Amino acid sequence: MSSDTACALIEPRGYKSGVKPVWCPGCGDYSVLGSLTKALSGLRLQPENVAIISGIGCSSRMPTYLSTYGFHGVHGRALALATGLKVARPDITVIATGGDGDGFSIGGNHFLHTCRRNTDMTYIVMDNQVYGMTKGQASPTTEPNWEKGKLTPSGTGINPFQPLVIALASGANFIARCSSSDTNGTARAIMEAIRHPGFSMVQVLSPCVTFRPEQREWKKLTRPAPVDATSDAARAARRLLTDEDGLFTGILYVGDRPPYQPQIEPSIDNIAELDKEFRL
Amino acid sequence: MNDPVSSPKHSIGSTEELLAYSLAIEKEAVERFTDLADQMEIHFNYDVADLFRKLAVIEGLHIENVSKASEGKELPELLAWEFEWAGGESPEGGAMEDAHYLMHPWHAIELARQGEKRAVAFFRHVAETSSDEKVVAMALELVVEEEEHVELLEKWQKRFPKPEEGWDDDLDPPMIQE
Amino acid sequence: MSRQSLSIALTGSGGSGVMTTGSMLLEAAGQAGWYGIMTRSAGPQIRGGEAAALLRVSNEPIESHDDCFDLVLAIDPGSMGRFVEEIPLRSDSFIISDAEGGRRSGPLPDTPAQVLDLPMKQLAKSIKGGRPNMIALGAVAKLVGLSTTSIHSILEKILKSQGPDALESSRACVELGFSAAADLPEFSSPPIDKTSAGERWSITGNEAAGLGALRGGVRFVAAYPITPATEVLEWLAGALPRAGGVLVQAEDELASMNQIIGASFGGTPSLTATSGPGLALMTEAIGWSVCSETPVVILDVMRCGPSTGIATKNEQSDLNIALNGLHGDAPHLVLAPTSVADCVFTTQWAVYLAESLQAPAIVLSDQSLGQTRANINRPADLAFITRRSVPEQFEENYCRYAIGDSGVSPMAIPGQPGGQYTADGLEHTESGAPSSMPADHLAQLDKRQHKITDFNFGEHWADIEGSGETMVITWGSTCGPVREALARLREQGEDIRLLAIRLLAPERPEEMAAALEGVKRILIIEQSHSRQFHRYLRAAYDLPGEVKVFNRPGPLPFRPNEIIEQLAEVFET
Repeated sequence: MSSDTACALIEPRGYKSGVKPVWCPGCGDYSVLGSLTKALSGLRLQPENVAIISGIGCSSRMPTYLSTYGFHGVHGRALALATGLKVARPDITVIATGGDGDGFSIGGNHFLHTCRRNTDMTYIVMDNQVYGMTKGQASPTTEPNWEKGKLTPSGTGINPFQPLVIALASGANFIARCSSSDTNGTARAIMEAIRHPGFSMVQVLSPCVTFRPEQREWKKLTRPAPVDATSDAARAARRLLTDEDGLFTGILYVGDRPPYQPQIEPSIDNIAELDKEFRL
Repeated sequence: MNDPVSSPKHSIGSTEELLAYSLAIEKEAVERFTDLADQMEIHFNYDVADLFRKLAVIEGLHIENVSKASEGKELPELLAWEFEWAGGESPEGGAMEDAHYLMHPWHAIELARQGEKRAVAFFRHVAETSSDEKVVAMALELVVEEEEHVELLEKWQKRFPKPEEGWDDDLDPPMIQE
Repeated sequence: MSRQSLSIALTGSGGSGVMTTGSMLLEAAGQAGWYGIMTRSAGPQIRGGEAAALLRVSNEPIESHDDCFDLVLAIDPGSMGRFVEEIPLRSDSFIISDAEGGRRSGPLPDTPAQVLDLPMKQLAKSIKGGRPNMIALGAVAKLVGLSTTSIHSILEKILKSQGPDALESSRACVELGFSAAADLPEFSSPPIDKTSAGERWSITGNEAAGLGALRGGVRFVAAYPITPATEVLEWLAGALPRAGGVLVQAEDELASMNQIIGASFGGTPSLTATSGPGLALMTEAIGWSVCSETPVVILDVMRCGPSTGIATKNEQSDLNIALNGLHGDAPHLVLAPTSVADCVFTTQWAVYLAESLQAPAIVLSDQSLGQTRANINRPADLAFITRRSVPEQFEENYCRYAIGDSGVSPMAIPGQPGGQYTADGLEHTESGAPSSMPADHLAQLDKRQHKITDFNFGEHWADIEGSGETMVITWGSTCGPVREALARLREQGEDIRLLAIRLLAPERPEEMAAALEGVKRILIIEQSHSRQFHRYLRAAYDLPGEVKVFNRPGPLPFRPNEIIEQLAEVFET
């Protein structure tokens, strides 16, 4: 984060735009919206100093529902957009939001390189292991044997994408997993993520009640990880790779790499100075 | 009966602390019912939307009651996640995943009733575990109050028949969006 | 004084250093008072392949190569074969070749020119650390009438980092080449016009575009390398930070396009530069810039397509994608510079227009403009200082996409309290809320169209020269040889009108009608196999009288004499 001009307390509802979400009732994204507003309220950020950037998908509708600045972009490119904004405007708190398809499939390359670049921003991925907006196709995080995807009626047969393993390997500076049913835990993780310098990745398991109704069970199955966050990437990797069901929650990794932020201090007063090199 | 989901992890040590918890419970309830009312409106389920809106108003009155009781006291300022609900959520908050766009008024009241029951359990747990007499006394008052809410909701719920199996059938497939 | 020029080609291979030699020669010519251009041609090797530096120096500003070359220095004669088409020669042209080098890399190709021998390799061997290209440089200096003093000062600058030994051996080679050329025939060099000795610059089109961007106010650039646009980005990487800007190397063109939209959303005028393949990747997000009304500038330095095509050579075949590549009804700006110097103006103007109209502007430069180094008069400073309409204060319910008179609605910038909105690629209401209502769609389509088409672009939409009944319509780097052809005809008393279109979109029907007043014959000239420019003109405008097309694909440039011949042939003038 960066906007260090904390404001008077604004209740979480004050960060909602008043536009009513079109998500299915029961969808985990409602809770994530609530958690995000709690985090912004907890950090006492002025809404005008925050920008929520998204791509395409159900969860990418997020910016419209917040009273901050927002950008609802093209599919898969939220992180690139957010990078441009943050580098040009380091004073703004930049948060990217989206889903597993947007972030890990069409946006996969940006995900890798945004982790690598470690620009100071937070990325909240509402992972429901399915494409909801296009009617329930398998996503990169879908289990290989899920047979209800209409494009993969016999299951995908291929390994699911491991977002947190990839984030860690690519250089993300803060990594957490949350469950949307734990709204306060998610709020806290988002707040810590925003506060931590560099690129922070928060995966929120957020059920799709329409195409993956069995994910309602996540509420019972997700549980806090038995150990605290580590700053040792090797330990974090071991934990992730030995994590059997991917349903442990909590802050996993807190790194100390310096964020990418070029200086924006001019060394010349007048653009005409640049003419000199062309003079014969 | 203690509800392990919403009981505080520690024993409440002062009436100020208990009031802070109590206020948080009511605020989260208002927030949740308002969100649920919005959800139902956008899905054209107006009966249930109206009902959630009413519940939000009622919970708002509870906020007033707690605020009055807090007059002259300095409540601790806690962020949402600093409240030590054992399961992470306040008794009347969260549980957004229980909503359904075709839900009936009966379901809405059931959802509210479960919350109030968790609140009863919460305050009872506080009364049982606190060593501060004032806290115990206030918690017991709150138990009585929440039990009244449960009763009221049960009466209200009787006005609606329990929906039969298949209430959530929708012949149309989901819509394709972006 | 009429135009006089001298065209010189330096060819070589395997690290013979012809590019460096050519650059030094052009600079020396510039310091002596000549205008000039230098283009490059090279084989596909990263290093060590065949290479040619193609120069022309003149007493007047020039924008094109001549019909033929007067002098070729073939340091490595065998490699000349690759450039036969690019280096046309007459019977009175000279090739100065190296017989010794010839034995090693094969003979010269058949040529109408007179071949003279200069043992460049042997001469170089007589000096410790000597190089044949420096012998060639000294020889050319002698032949065109440049002093060795001027060459030495340039050597000092360029070889500064190589140490005193390298500099000394190069100086010695230049002197030796200079005296060795004393036996060769003299060339009549163009006179030097001292009267118009204003400030002169040596600049490439790619550098000029970068400078135009900075002058226009660009302070954020996202970059993904691609030939022949990379030099724009490299120049900006050095210049932007000095001006308080930032350049980010992105992971791909999708990212660079989206990054500049993000930066512009944050209030910073932003640009990316690319070539055809990159532009194709960017088009989705350019449409988004249209819909969200976030200004950005995309500089496309065109090369031969389709696909990877010929990455190092010129073609004007990205016109279709620039005009029509966006999905949906997506009004945007498309501009093209008409000369190397004009790359400054057109890019600066594009930034101004994009920012003023809150729309994307695609600037179609090309390999020929971008990679030509030219000695030119200093480009004028322009008053197009970027002014984005930003609200100073906000009403209760700020509407980002309010439909006002001009169609341009004041744009809030993050950090401004009360201006919060969500920029959206979804169709939206005036407030920015997503909407699928027909009325909202129509209203916003109208707004986005109207703000661009009804803007007053003034006279800069095209360069119009002459007043004859025959008109040539062209664009981009093709303007150079066309201008020269028409100048020659004008000297002969034939007035042919030129229309060089700078603003390709939106269309300017009224201005075009005025420009076409009295025109009876039109020749459209373009470097595209499928006549993209002709089709565009036919679709956009009513063209009177007889309309002919002279087109061909890249990479061979048009030459002034071919244009004169075409005019004579198609209109039997």
